[in-house]
Amino acid sequence: MNMSMLSVTRGRKRLHWTDVLSYVYLLVGLITLFGPVLWLVMSSFKTEAALGMYPPSFLPYAQKSLVVTGHDQPLPLFLVHQDGQAPRAMAQVGRIGLMATMVDPAQPDVTVQVPIQQRIPITELAFAWGNYADLFQKFNFGRFLWNSVFITVVATLLTLLFNSMAAFALSKYQFKGRKAVFMLIISTLMIPPTIILVPVFLVINGAGLLNSLWGVILPAVATPTGVFLLRQYMLSIPDELLEAARMDHASEWRIYWRIVLPLSAPALAVLAIFSVMWRWNDFLLPLIVLSRNEFFTLQLALNAFQGELNTQWNYLLAMTVITLLPVTLVFAFLQRHITTGIANAGVK
Amino acid sequence: MRIFALFFNLLEPLFRWAQTSLGKHRLAWLFVGPNLLVFGIFTFLPIAIDFVYATSGGVNLMPLERPFTGLENFQILLECRDYSDLSTCRKDVFWRALFNTFKFTVLQVGLMVFFSLVTALVLNRKILGRGFWRGVFFYPVLLSPVVVALIWKWMLQSQGVFNAALALWDLPAIEWLTDASWAFFWTVFVSIWAHMGFYTLILLAGLQAIPQDLYEAAQMDRASPWRTLTRITLPMLMPNLIVVLVLAAIRAVQIFDEVFVLTGGGPGTATTFIVQFIYQTGFAEQIHLYGLAAAASLALAGFLVVLTLLQLRLTRASEVGEKVPR
Repeated sequence: MNMSMLSVTRGRKRLHWTDVLSYVYLLVGLITLFGPVLWLVMSSFKTEAALGMYPPSFLPYAQKSLVVTGHDQPLPLFLVHQDGQAPRAMAQVGRIGLMATMVDPAQPDVTVQVPIQQRIPITELAFAWGNYADLFQKFNFGRFLWNSVFITVVATLLTLLFNSMAAFALSKYQFKGRKAVFMLIISTLMIPPTIILVPVFLVINGAGLLNSLWGVILPAVATPTGVFLLRQYMLSIPDELLEAARMDHASEWRIYWRIVLPLSAPALAVLAIFSVMWRWNDFLLPLIVLSRNEFFTLQLALNAFQGELNTQWNYLLAMTVITLLPVTLVFAFLQRHITTGIANAGVK
Repeated sequence: MRIFALFFNLLEPLFRWAQTSLGKHRLAWLFVGPNLLVFGIFTFLPIAIDFVYATSGGVNLMPLERPFTGLENFQILLECRDYSDLSTCRKDVFWRALFNTFKFTVLQVGLMVFFSLVTALVLNRKILGRGFWRGVFFYPVLLSPVVVALIWKWMLQSQGVFNAALALWDLPAIEWLTDASWAFFWTVFVSIWAHMGFYTLILLAGLQAIPQDLYEAAQMDRASPWRTLTRITLPMLMPNLIVVLVLAAIRAVQIFDEVFVLTGGGPGTATTFIVQFIYQTGFAEQIHLYGLAAAASLALAGFLVVLTLLQLRLTRASEVGEKVPR
């Protein structure tokens, strides 16, 4: 296919040194870009105790425990090395200072005092699914998840509707002020949300939408990117199709939703993907609009949770993984659409 | 699907009535109406209010009930007793945020565009599994800023994997996020990590648009790879490079989310940037100084306008269209 820019002619079998360098670069990239995410996912399956282990392991190892007769709770297992004896597995009953009280599971009645440096924990591979299950029981996690899903779905549907309506008018009608409207919409691309943060807060407050999910949904449903993307696509739909429908006395509204919308499906799909990502990942607007706990989105919950003094990392990590999961799935299945869509429109 | 059809059918009478009473051409306004309404209320109206806030004082949220103070907010922001010493400024945090943002933008944009370019060049070669590698480099772009920050915070905390690695080599642990210089380094690094894939993609599209016969001609002339790169690839890619540079700069100036979660602007003001200053002044601190926050917003807006005009100027000069930020 492409003749690459760095290479000179090379044989089919021999690897040029620039090829080697390229693969090394890609491999370093893979570790730097994927490594941290993988580390996060693996860590999220560790128990709180396993997270505290030092040095940390990549796979989620947890200390083995065993129920010993005479004790209600399962006891942690250790490998005990004592002078002149073969190492043996013992359960720990308790610990005072530098001495641990251990018991041999085979002889539950005999306890032995062991200095703690003579024992090492016995670990096994164990995925702590509890981190995930507990989120729904111990925290208001279901609520945060619902808020995020609600905002994402409703905002995306409205975005598709509003933007396609505007794009339809801008691509299929000749009306006075059409150019001006288009320029006005496109010009909002140059107004970053950060610089109108304070007045947007006032407007949302004035509309009574503070601490309401609609306060996050409504400001976001008109996007210049969406209008632009859809208009470009609709321009390629032949006007003859619309004329034929008009002959059959179809109303303009019907032409819009029965003819133009279905034909714009590819562009709508790209916008839908973008919109889902924008809304799911949104942070600054929800941060100022939603201040009450029960309206938090996942992003806000994560932020609030990580700021707490005694961060329970095992839960925080699990919450982070759930938050990145939908976007990761979308990407895994629709990678090609996303990358070509972005490369074509130059938007993110 | 049926529910959508029902929805559209319900709106049918409204539009049919509008069509007969307004005529087909004025009906267009009904189609663009919802969009314009949202833009009007949530974008254009706020811009107007921004000016009212910036030129009025007090803590009242209602624009009309605020006393007019002219340019006082800007004066408060900019006033220093001695301009060679930032701590004598009335709002020294603003100056520090300004300085940090400048330093961040120069470093982050420079390094990120360099690495994006190298990555795009590598991805444009004949390599096995190009789609996979492109996906690898692009994936972090999709992650939310909060998630990005937490991924790195988890590794950079004092008991994290980095310090474990140091301990393995018998080196002392480093407080990556509470040491001022390290914290700044990581804000730059993490933001490059998160955003570089986007720029790589734009540059890759540019590389693929370079006509192949140029390379064939270079090959006939036995041009060295280095000469081919500097005499053909880079000049041909220049329009895309300019777009990427300015886009990245516009974004870098507005850095907030990742850093806010990663370092909270600290230690001290080491990683406090201009948007965080706006957020703190207007929302987070006890007394909400909307006027001051709006004045800082307008200063930021002015800077962004300059950057945007620069982009338009440069892109027009090199004739590239339609690469616009959201």
